Amino acid sequence: MADAPLLEARKLSVEFATREGVVRAVSEVDLDLAAGETLAIVGESGSGKSQMLLSLLGLVARNARVTGSARFKGEELLSAPENRLNEIRGSGIGLVFQDPMTSLNPYLSIGLQLTEPLRIHKGEDRAAAAAQAIDMLKAVHITEPERRMQQYPHQLSGGMRQRVAIAMALICRPEILIADEPTTALDVTLQAQVLSLLREIRERFGTAVILVTHDLGVIAELADRVNVMYAGKIVERGSVEDIFYNCRHPYTEALERSIPQFTEVRPARLTAISGNPPNPVRLPPGCAFAPRCPYRLGVCDQSVPPLETVSPNHTKACFYEGPLGTAA
Amino acid sequence: MSDPILSVRNLRVYFEVSGDGWFGARKVLRAVDGVSFDLDRSETLGIVGESGCGKSTLARAVLGLVQVTSGEVRFMGHDLVHLDHEKLREQRRHLQIIFQDPLSSLDPRMNVGQIIAEPLRSFFPRMSQQERQEKVIDMMRHVGLLPEHINRYPHEFSGGQAQRIGIARALITQPEVVVCDEPVSALDVSIKAQIVNLLADLQAEFGLSLLFIAHDLASVRHVSRRIMVLYLGKVMELAPWDEIYRAPRHPYTQALIQAIPPADPKRARTNPAKPLGGELPSPIAPPSGCVFRTRCPYAVERCAQEEPSLRHVNGSLVACHLAEQIPKPARTA
Repeated sequence: MADAPLLEARKLSVEFATREGVVRAVSEVDLDLAAGETLAIVGESGSGKSQMLLSLLGLVARNARVTGSARFKGEELLSAPENRLNEIRGSGIGLVFQDPMTSLNPYLSIGLQLTEPLRIHKGEDRAAAAAQAIDMLKAVHITEPERRMQQYPHQLSGGMRQRVAIAMALICRPEILIADEPTTALDVTLQAQVLSLLREIRERFGTAVILVTHDLGVIAELADRVNVMYAGKIVERGSVEDIFYNCRHPYTEALERSIPQFTEVRPARLTAISGNPPNPVRLPPGCAFAPRCPYRLGVCDQSVPPLETVSPNHTKACFYEGPLGTAA
Repeated sequence: MSDPILSVRNLRVYFEVSGDGWFGARKVLRAVDGVSFDLDRSETLGIVGESGCGKSTLARAVLGLVQVTSGEVRFMGHDLVHLDHEKLREQRRHLQIIFQDPLSSLDPRMNVGQIIAEPLRSFFPRMSQQERQEKVIDMMRHVGLLPEHINRYPHEFSGGQAQRIGIARALITQPEVVVCDEPVSALDVSIKAQIVNLLADLQAEFGLSLLFIAHDLASVRHVSRRIMVLYLGKVMELAPWDEIYRAPRHPYTQALIQAIPPADPKRARTNPAKPLGGELPSPIAPPSGCVFRTRCPYAVERCAQEEPSLRHVNGSLVACHLAEQIPKPARTA
C-alpha cells in the first residue's frame, strides 16, 4: 500500500477502573485502515471491539484510561482537544450503531437531524443543507424523502431508521464510516438491504468502513481484511480469504465451525466452543483462549502468544504450529 | 404415526388498537390469522419469519398466555382455548417456554435454586423441601450447571449460563411441549452452539416436543424436522427441513433464503445476499388476497383477488397460487 494509512493505531489500550479491579478491555492493539478499504472486526461481546473504536473518538466512559496512539491522517486523536474531536466526529469519521435509536433523537425531525451537522460543520445555509439531506435520503433508498424530512424517528420502520442513521453518519461525507453491529438487530431481509446499501455507499463515496460484527456472512460479503479479537487482543488478522480459507488461530476456526450454515447437509451436532469467555478482571496468565482451546499446549498457560507473521499481511497470536481442523 | 401431541386449528389472535385521532374507530390488528399445524411427539417444529409476522404471539397463544380470538389448541385431548382457568392451570405444567433474553426472564432477587424450584412450588405445593432440592440439583446437572452454584444470583452468571437456568426452570416440571422463543438469538456466537446442542440432548433424553421460534432460517433448519414460515400472521409454507433447502416453494421462503449472506467470501462476491424489496405492510390493513403479493416478484392479478389456501405441493404445504410454476431460486446460501 503506497498511501499513508487513513487511520493508524499503535499499542492502543483501554482500561476501566472498577470496584473489582482494573479491567483491560483493549490491550495494546495495532490497527491500520487504508483509504477506501473495509476492515471487519469480529469478536464476541466483551472482546473489546466496541470500546476500541469508541476510544478513537473520545467516546469512552469517564472511568476509562486510554493509552497508546491513534492517528487519523497523521493527526493524533487521543490527545486532541474536545472541540477538535467534535469536528472529526462530525465530518471525518461517521458512526453507526446497532440500535439506530442510539444515534437518532426521538424529539427532533429527521430533517433537523440530517441538516444540523451540515450547518455546523460545513457552514451550509438552510436550503443547501436541506437539498443535500434529501439527496442523502435518496442515496440510502428512503422513499418520499421530502415527506420523511418532516417526520420523527418513531414514524419510521426499524429498517428505515437504520438507513436514516447511516444517512446521518454519511451526511458530511466522512472518509471513515464506523459501523458497530449495523445489522445485528435487523431481520435477515432488512440485513440484506443494509448490506447492499453499505456496498453501494462504499463505491459511490469511496468511504473506508470499519465494520464490527460477529456475523461471518456479513464479513464474507463486505470485508477486505479481518481482525479477530478475543479478550481485548487481536488474535488473528489477515485478508478475508486468509481468514475464511486458511485461518490459523483456533478461536477463528472454532467460530467458523460453530455456526449453522444454510447448506444441503446438516451435521448431527454443531461444533460448540466449550466453556465461557473469560472474566476480563481475571484474565488467565497465558493465552486468554487457552482454557477453551482444543489445541492447547503447556506453554499456552504460562505466556501470552505474540502476534507473529504467517504470510505477508496474515498474522496470528498462537503457539500451536500444527494443522488446524484436527481437533474434535 | 401416533396422534400429534399438539394440534392447532384456525387459530386467530386479534388485538384492538386505537384508531386515528380522538374519535377514530378502533382498529383490529391481526397478529395471528388462521394458523393451523400439528406438532408430533418428540418432534421439533421450527417457526420462522420476520419481526411482526406473529411468531411470538402464536407461541404465547399456544401456551394460553394471550387471549385467543378464535380457533382451537388441542393438547392431549383438551382444547386449551376453551378450558376453564383451573383446568388450564393443571395443563400448564406440561407446556413450558424458554425466553430469548435469559437475564431479563430471571428474577434478580431469587437465587438459582429458588428460580428453578419455583414451578415445582407452584404446581406441586405438597412436595417436600428435600425432594424439591434433589430435583433441582438433578436438573442443574442435566443442563450443565454446577450444583454448588445453587445459592448464586442471576447476575453472577454469563448469558449462556443464565440461559441454562431458564432451560432448567422450563424442564423441572417434566413438560411434554416446550416453546423455545428465540432461545439463542441474544447469546454470544461462541455460546449459541452449546445451547443448541444442549436443547437437542435434552429433547432426546426427555422425549420433548419443541416449537423452535427464530428469525434465522439457518439455525432453525439445523434443529427442526419441519419448518413453518409465517408472514403477516399467516402460514406461507410448511416443509420438511431438507425440502426447504432443496425446493423452497413459496416466493417468501425463497426471499428469506436469498437474503442469507453465505459465510464464504468467493460465493458472497459472486452471489451476494439479495434484499427483499418493499416494506412490510401494516397488519392493521393487510393486502387483499395473498398478503405477500405486494412484495412478490411473481404476483399476478389473481393474487390480489383470491387468498391462496395452504395446499400440498409434493412433500410441502404451500400457500401460493403459482407454487408449481415458480422457478427454484438462483442460489441458496
